[in-house]
Amino acid sequence: MNGTKQPRLATQRKFRFTNDDLWGYIFIAAAMIIFCVFTLYPVFNAIYTSFFNYKPFGSEFIGLKNYVDTLKYSKFNLFYKAAWNTLVYTAVVVPSTLLISFSVAVMILPFSKKTQSVFKAMYYLPGVASGVALSVVWLWLYDSSPDGLFNQLLSVFGIPAQNWLSSTKTSMLSLMIMALLSSHGTQIITYIAALLGIDNSYFEAAELDGATFMQKVRFIVWPLVKPTTLFLLVTGVIGSFQVFMNAYMMTGGGPDNSTTMIGLLIYNNAFEYGKYGLACAQAILLAIVIAIMSMFQFKMMGVDVEY
Amino acid sequence: MATGLYSQHLHNRKVLYIRNTVITIVLVALAAATLFPIVYMMMSGFGPNVATAGNMRTIFPSRFTLESFEAFFNFSEYSLRWIWNTFVVSAGTVIGNVIFASMAGYAFAKIKFKGSNALFALILVAMMIPYQVTQVPLYILMVQKFSMTNTYAAMILPSLCTAYNIFLCKQFFSGLPTPLIESAKIEGCNQLQVFTLIILPLAKTVLAVMAINTFMSSWNNFFWPFLVTNDPAMYTIQVGLKQFKFANETLFAPMMAGATISALPMFIMFFSLQKYFMEGVTIGAVKG
Repeated sequence: MNGTKQPRLATQRKFRFTNDDLWGYIFIAAAMIIFCVFTLYPVFNAIYTSFFNYKPFGSEFIGLKNYVDTLKYSKFNLFYKAAWNTLVYTAVVVPSTLLISFSVAVMILPFSKKTQSVFKAMYYLPGVASGVALSVVWLWLYDSSPDGLFNQLLSVFGIPAQNWLSSTKTSMLSLMIMALLSSHGTQIITYIAALLGIDNSYFEAAELDGATFMQKVRFIVWPLVKPTTLFLLVTGVIGSFQVFMNAYMMTGGGPDNSTTMIGLLIYNNAFEYGKYGLACAQAILLAIVIAIMSMFQFKMMGVDVEY
Repeated sequence: MATGLYSQHLHNRKVLYIRNTVITIVLVALAAATLFPIVYMMMSGFGPNVATAGNMRTIFPSRFTLESFEAFFNFSEYSLRWIWNTFVVSAGTVIGNVIFASMAGYAFAKIKFKGSNALFALILVAMMIPYQVTQVPLYILMVQKFSMTNTYAAMILPSLCTAYNIFLCKQFFSGLPTPLIESAKIEGCNQLQVFTLIILPLAKTVLAVMAINTFMSSWNNFFWPFLVTNDPAMYTIQVGLKQFKFANETLFAPMMAGATISALPMFIMFFSLQKYFMEGVTIGAVKG
């Protein structure tokens, strides 16, 4: 079909009106335009910008300098500090959250549907509050005066008041505790859904063999929910690598950069110091690391996850 | 049903009773720790307008009053507008996603057109890209090239049709029987009629889930509105709360009142539409 003149094109369109191709493109048109302008273009633009020293009028091409600057090892290179902080935060928060969520899900299981949904709602509730609201509240819970709630709690055990967020010793720990207590709702609900999907015959067979409760959990439940665990692990790690809100709102990365994470570092480089090129380079490195980690996790768990 | 996991003591009522009591105590204790910050936030928000947390030795305020809310609203003449702004942005985002993502999802699931697999794969890859990658170019695009600072459009457009929602819709529509669509076509429906008359009525639940999830993440979104607004009249409630926090580091009760205002609409929505929230968690996740 080669419509060379305008009127012929119009009739052709009418002719192709029933064609699935045309309908497909009509249906995805709006979505694809939005996708191209607000996702695809920014991604390529980020790669392009990462090779430049960005200036609003006429950026200067500097090749790989942004990447070299990011990765050049020195004591004062914040990137390594931020990467280490992110890694520590992830290594503690993600597995602990998974373990807590799994245990809670198993414990919720024996109750009636009604009780189950009450518990689910209770654990899920912090998840619907905004990060800003939660940060503001936790900021006060960590108040460093002896009247701060956590300090009051410590004084019950005879431990002196701590400087929670403003001491290098406890700042990271404080952010971890907060994450552990406010972000397990979705994990618990996902685990419960997975647990309810396990066929009863597995347990009946295990019972004939005289399996104990812990044996059932260890040899039936845990292997069977492995795809769920993998899914939560991957999404958890991806989310944790990008963590920004808590550090930004509660510590600003301090004290002494002890809570500066990659997400905050990129934000600061871009919007505090205006180093757009450097920020883009670091964001792309982060994306690459996340991609490699996800592939590695899929390999390690050795299962194909069904979406 | 995995009830078989707990079949151990079914014939021994006493052991069963003790076991369930112990489990309940552990669960309630953990839930209390989870809920505590939120309860503390609301209690303090409804308490008297005190400056420091030191005056809050108990979780229940000495008296219930709205003066802390008043103090929060008096901070900026626009504070009521922040709520309205957030609502407009969230509603706009929801409408866009419900229309565009469902159309695209249907096309990817049920219309065979050239390049559909490649385009869908592209969208899947895009879902994995962290937002840090796109934030700087997006900021330059919206603020410097389009000069859209302080507009609703700047806050809505980038999330008008998210890759995740397209994926969600595609997953759901793929599960619908194809003969249904074929027979409608034989009856003389074109694809648009099939979509509006047959598919959409079947998709009410998934669309509701999508709308609610999108509304919530849009309402709670801080980062993007923060980047594209600098006029207090155009702040969303999250941005306003952040500015209030940085301006009044020491005003305890009004800050809690502000946090309550930003979170309460979501709590109300959660309790009235709990079923859809729960469905939303598992709908995109894996099958166990």
